[in-house]
Amino acid sequence: MTLVIIFVSALLINNFVLAQFLGICSFIGISNNMTSSVSMGMAVTFVMVLTAVVCWPIYFLVLVPAHLEFLQTLTFILVVACLVQFVEMFIKKTSIALYDALGIYLPLITTNCAILGFALIAVTRNYSYLETIVYGVGSGLGYTLAMVLMAGVRGKLETADIPKPLQGPGIVLITAGIMALAFMGFAGLIK
Amino acid sequence: MASQQNSLSYEFIKGIWKENPNLVALLGMCPTLAITTSLQNAVGMSLAVAFCLLCSEVFIAALRNLIPTQVRMAAFIVIIAAFVTISDLYLRAFQPSLSKSLGPFVPLIVVNCIIMGRVEAFSSKNGVIRSILDSLGMSVGYGLVLFVISGIRELIGNGTLMGYRVMGSWWDNWLVMILPAGAFLTLGSLLGLAQFMQSKLKKS
Repeated sequence: MTLVIIFVSALLINNFVLAQFLGICSFIGISNNMTSSVSMGMAVTFVMVLTAVVCWPIYFLVLVPAHLEFLQTLTFILVVACLVQFVEMFIKKTSIALYDALGIYLPLITTNCAILGFALIAVTRNYSYLETIVYGVGSGLGYTLAMVLMAGVRGKLETADIPKPLQGPGIVLITAGIMALAFMGFAGLIK
Repeated sequence: MASQQNSLSYEFIKGIWKENPNLVALLGMCPTLAITTSLQNAVGMSLAVAFCLLCSEVFIAALRNLIPTQVRMAAFIVIIAAFVTISDLYLRAFQPSLSKSLGPFVPLIVVNCIIMGRVEAFSSKNGVIRSILDSLGMSVGYGLVLFVISGIRELIGNGTLMGYRVMGSWWDNWLVMILPAGAFLTLGSLLGLAQFMQSKLKKS
């Protein structure tokens, strides 16, 4: 049951993009196109789960026993960078189709604050190993959900008559604000 | 070196309006949205970013000829992460309540595109003096935007500024401004306003 709660809360209530403001840059930059939004969301979910798998043992089995918690930022960013690099090489060797689909978005994930933010938040929550992984899946899917929703809305926005100064990022942010309002409705799901 | 050098004062001024990291370049949006619930947070955050930006730019500008081009990104990240850790630990030790309300966004300065972007675009190509001016200008530009957004949100959403009650008892707080939705709405309108002013300036 706890696992379900963690999953739903990460997916809807504490949505990474709309409630915690992580990964906004990519959210605004890439959500103008449906296909790339889906690819980016998949890539982020994938790397996020891997980060959960790798960072949890590193933090709780290496850094905490050695009293090196203050190195967490440095460690996590290096882990994420290496991970992304490895994943890229692995996918390139095994599945060219997937590699083409993810394309440029994979290396971009290194500097996506959703991933590093996820690692930093996850270790402060005192989750067990399994819970952390579920939290990673939920967060990644939440990011994908926000991204895809926004891409859908932006497709419609292109034909809408928007005041000139608000065109581009302005209207995207205001749309995101309304989406965030709507997502607040999910807060009642879990007490 | 670039063929035509901009004047030193321009390197400082450009960050405030013309290349403002938030409003024009759209860099570093996540903390801009997340921590602007109160003016106090904005002050803390912009000082932390200014410190990290200044130190990293100076450090990298000084080392720019020593770092091999192939591994420059990795080198930059490690340097930035070191300064971010310093400011994070400082805040935790001396400003625990501020550190708590900024949450993960202090360590997240590492992946803040402002710092990475400026380091890559500017100080890996320019000298120390110019980098100092550039980082100061960018920090002022970033700080100003944070102040404006958090001022608006705190005033409308909570009726206070820096924690002091400004609005009278007749004021009903707009709770939505403190919530995540308010951040998006404020920044979106502000972007529109900035674009509007820019187009007016261009015409005249």
